[in-house]
Amino acid sequence: MTKLLKNLLKSPSFIIGMGLFLLTIGGALLLPFFYHVNLGLQASSYASPNGKFLLGCDHLGRDMVSMLIEGLRSSLYVGLLTGVIATTLGTALGIYGGFKGGWMDDFVNLVTNLFLVIPSFVVLILISSSLSKGRSLTLIGLIIGLTTWTWSARAVRAQAASLKSRDHIALARINGANTFRVLTLHILPYLASYVFMIFILQVASGILSEAAISMIGLGPLDTVSLGTILNDAKNQGGFGDGMWWAFMPATVIITVLVFALYIINTSMEGVFNPRLRK
Amino acid sequence: MPNNSSAPAPVFYAKNVTKTFGHGKTLVKAVDDVSFSIADGEIVSIVGGSGCGKSVLAKVMLGLYKQNQGEFTYRGKAITDTRSHWNEVQSVFQDPFSCFNQFFSIRSQLKDALNILKVKPSKAEADARVDAGLMAVNITPKDIEGKYPFELSGGQMQRMLLARIFALRPKVLIADEPTSMVDACVRANILDYLMKLKVELGMTIVFVTHDIGLAYYVSDRLFIMHEGKIVESGTPDEVTQHPQSPHTVQLLEDIPEIHKEWLKR
Repeated sequence: MTKLLKNLLKSPSFIIGMGLFLLTIGGALLLPFFYHVNLGLQASSYASPNGKFLLGCDHLGRDMVSMLIEGLRSSLYVGLLTGVIATTLGTALGIYGGFKGGWMDDFVNLVTNLFLVIPSFVVLILISSSLSKGRSLTLIGLIIGLTTWTWSARAVRAQAASLKSRDHIALARINGANTFRVLTLHILPYLASYVFMIFILQVASGILSEAAISMIGLGPLDTVSLGTILNDAKNQGGFGDGMWWAFMPATVIITVLVFALYIINTSMEGVFNPRLRK
Repeated sequence: MPNNSSAPAPVFYAKNVTKTFGHGKTLVKAVDDVSFSIADGEIVSIVGGSGCGKSVLAKVMLGLYKQNQGEFTYRGKAITDTRSHWNEVQSVFQDPFSCFNQFFSIRSQLKDALNILKVKPSKAEADARVDAGLMAVNITPKDIEGKYPFELSGGQMQRMLLARIFALRPKVLIADEPTSMVDACVRANILDYLMKLKVELGMTIVFVTHDIGLAYYVSDRLFIMHEGKIVESGTPDEVTQHPQSPHTVQLLEDIPEIHKEWLKR
């Protein structure tokens, strides 16, 4: 384990990815202590960046830096929420189906495929637009998590099925381990690094999905997210007249965040799967 | 032995046992219409080449697989409660490297095995039994203290599997190629340990191997398997001196020369 960690720390792309990710997390968690976050109406519409408002203001005259800090916090929250839901659900179903085989596996596969062929983004739009009231950030996170668990289930299922006929599983069984023990102690640890990589990708896709759904105006109504900032810019004419501060910072933050998660994933794959090592 | 008037039921009894995998065009008959019985205290070797179904048959005996057709009983009863079956019937597997979970120490896994026993030993007793098991295969318990499976050599791991059996003291042992991954010297040791098990614990041993020469030395009876069927069975002398099946002849011919000379004498 420590050796894996050492190998990870030797990989430059992991350092860069982790550095960027920690930077954004640190920004979301620590900046409110140093910067007075104020979402109130403070200046004229689309005031340009100046000494007081470092990144200008939005169409309502709200301080952009405050909006971005708040938006980043929302995006990370949605990302982690969907990541936890999609990974837990997908891993649990995948590992169980893959290990059990037979009709249990067929059933889990059927459900997975059913969810897989339904385009989750369409479902997301349908659910979001049908909930015109009380569409909260948590609800959006739940919906994304519950529609994107399928491919983690698939990936984990394949891995669990390949482990199932290993001798250590047979030995665990003749040691008297029940299915739950076999799954948690004798299969899950072997897949831990894989599941963690899936988790990272699910967080990234959660952040992107939330941004996309908010961008088209179906985002959370109770808070500011990076996606709702973009939506406001789009709807309130922020894309024109050189008002880059209305959309550029939010876009950059989303891009950096997702990029960081993706290169963390790629570098981990290189370390956990030695065949990919150069 | 229970003191009843009727003859004791054989340890294993198989009648027309078939085990298949897959279905339709991909159907594979791993074990095909096999019948036999194994008596208490016998050492029986199941000999055959790769993919002849001997390991699958071993897993049917262990209760890890259930036959698709036919009747299979352990001491006169079908295997329904696997936990109580494994209380009495245990196994040594083929590949010692993949037998242990790499995330737990060897010692904790050996102790974990004692959970299958009907009468669970106390903590101290469990430790004592694991120590005794290790001692029986000439390993000082201190040497593996805190060690993980990947820190041991193949021969050591194979001995860990045998130590597990010495600690568990089952009534029946199914040894699936216990010597396939080790060198000749360790192999001789392992065979010694198996014989020790038989003498000390009065065990019934089913020995699964591809090596008919090895089987000849250790067994009371040989079953020769080919493509899922038992093509020949008998005492080692019968089978090796008057082979009836061409597959037996093939297996005998494949023994290195030095053994062949010895067998012909």
